[in-house]
Amino acid sequence: MRTFLALVAYFIPIIALAHEVTVAVASNFTAPMKVIAKAFENDTGHKTKLAFGATGQLYAQIKNGAPFQVFLAADDKAPAQLVTGGLAVVDSPFTYASGRLVLWSRTPGLINETAEVLKRGDFNKLAVANPKLAPYGAAAMEVIEKMGLTPLLLSKLVEGSNIGQTLQFVSSGNAQLGFVALSQVFDNGRLKEGSGWIVPLGMHKPLQQNAVLLKTGLQNPAAEALMTYLRSNKALAIIQSFGYDALAPQ
Amino acid sequence: MPTLPISFEAWQAIGLTLQLATATTFILLLVATPLAWWLSQTQSKWRAAVGALVTLPLVLPPTVLGFYILVVLGPDGWIGMVTQAIGLGLLSFSFSGLLIGSIIFSLPFAVQPIQYAFEAIGRRPLEVAATLGAKPLDAFFSVALPLAKPGLLTATVLSFAHTVGEFGVVLMIGGNIPGQTRVVSTQIFGHVEAMEYTQAHWLAAGMVVFSFGVLLFLTRLKKRHDRVMP
Repeated sequence: MRTFLALVAYFIPIIALAHEVTVAVASNFTAPMKVIAKAFENDTGHKTKLAFGATGQLYAQIKNGAPFQVFLAADDKAPAQLVTGGLAVVDSPFTYASGRLVLWSRTPGLINETAEVLKRGDFNKLAVANPKLAPYGAAAMEVIEKMGLTPLLLSKLVEGSNIGQTLQFVSSGNAQLGFVALSQVFDNGRLKEGSGWIVPLGMHKPLQQNAVLLKTGLQNPAAEALMTYLRSNKALAIIQSFGYDALAPQ
Repeated sequence: MPTLPISFEAWQAIGLTLQLATATTFILLLVATPLAWWLSQTQSKWRAAVGALVTLPLVLPPTVLGFYILVVLGPDGWIGMVTQAIGLGLLSFSFSGLLIGSIIFSLPFAVQPIQYAFEAIGRRPLEVAATLGAKPLDAFFSVALPLAKPGLLTATVLSFAHTVGEFGVVLMIGGNIPGQTRVVSTQIFGHVEAMEYTQAHWLAAGMVVFSFGVLLFLTRLKKRHDRVMP
């Protein structure tokens, strides 16, 4: 009995301090976020509940009362709009990662460093995320425009409703090429499989991915702890290993 | 006279939706009728298994169904391998791909009403036809089919309506190509996502009014038929 009470007494402080934070995460950040969440839970004892989706979709849900407390968007516009809309804490948005676009195919050797196959038009379909809804899709269209390939490629485009579905089109082989997030196909410094062309940073507006604390997350220690944790060295190392440019702690 | 805020793309989506619904219903009636006949008449031990297989699309979530259709139509799937071998390329992201998806998705809605209508006929009329010298195929066309008309009408209505409302499957295998795979349901979805609520409202309202009209017409048709053939 005494051992039992001692055990309970040992756990009470942790139970009392541990909170849960619900996080809305942009689809492209799915893999790194799962790793970060696990590390966060281990290091702080707080719990996380993650929901993934297109930034546009999550934004609409938040505007309509979805119970998220922290929002990791794939752009900087959605967090800014939430602040002006009074749904997010002023001064809380910060860039947690800078996204990289990659032209990818599951076929090894198909894409080289100059993306010749794209210029030749020698493929069936090019998958992009819906540019109206996903920042990575808008960036992909920018790149196509910059390369002067819009007339050639317009008829070959297929749109995924989010970046996750876009990857599905390419990894299932239904589209031979696709513009996806580097993080989706990157692991510890190299492509997991297939072939790709990492798009140089200058070819599209920077894919600043901003995190923001929603007003529903105020007073939640876990939410504020997560916002801080995302800027820690541990988190930055994880983010970088997944193919993002992560900035120095602010 | 003010123009309706329905853009060219919206009309394109509407036209495509109607094309898809009509084509699906037509093909389904051709496919479902013999299948329903077999299910209603057979004593085979496969009856239960085939019946369950036909009902399966009712149980699977459309996005799951759409995902597996995507895989099957792709280069790794058996349909994809066949279409590539015969030179058709891949059917994903095309109207044909959507058609295949719609047929699978609405199959139970077509087979079941027809099957029940055939079963409701019972053995008597067909036995009488046989004693009068009608061969099985003749009996099917001159006796069974006319008696099963209400079931056929129901199947038509349900397949059409179900395809017009189809969303999950199209989202998974469509690729949102204007004029080819962008149907009304995904168009409305896109408008809502991009917070273009006016266009979304107009399209949705139009869809509701049209569907209501079609269903009302077909239900009236069925009522008239029931009055004529008690």
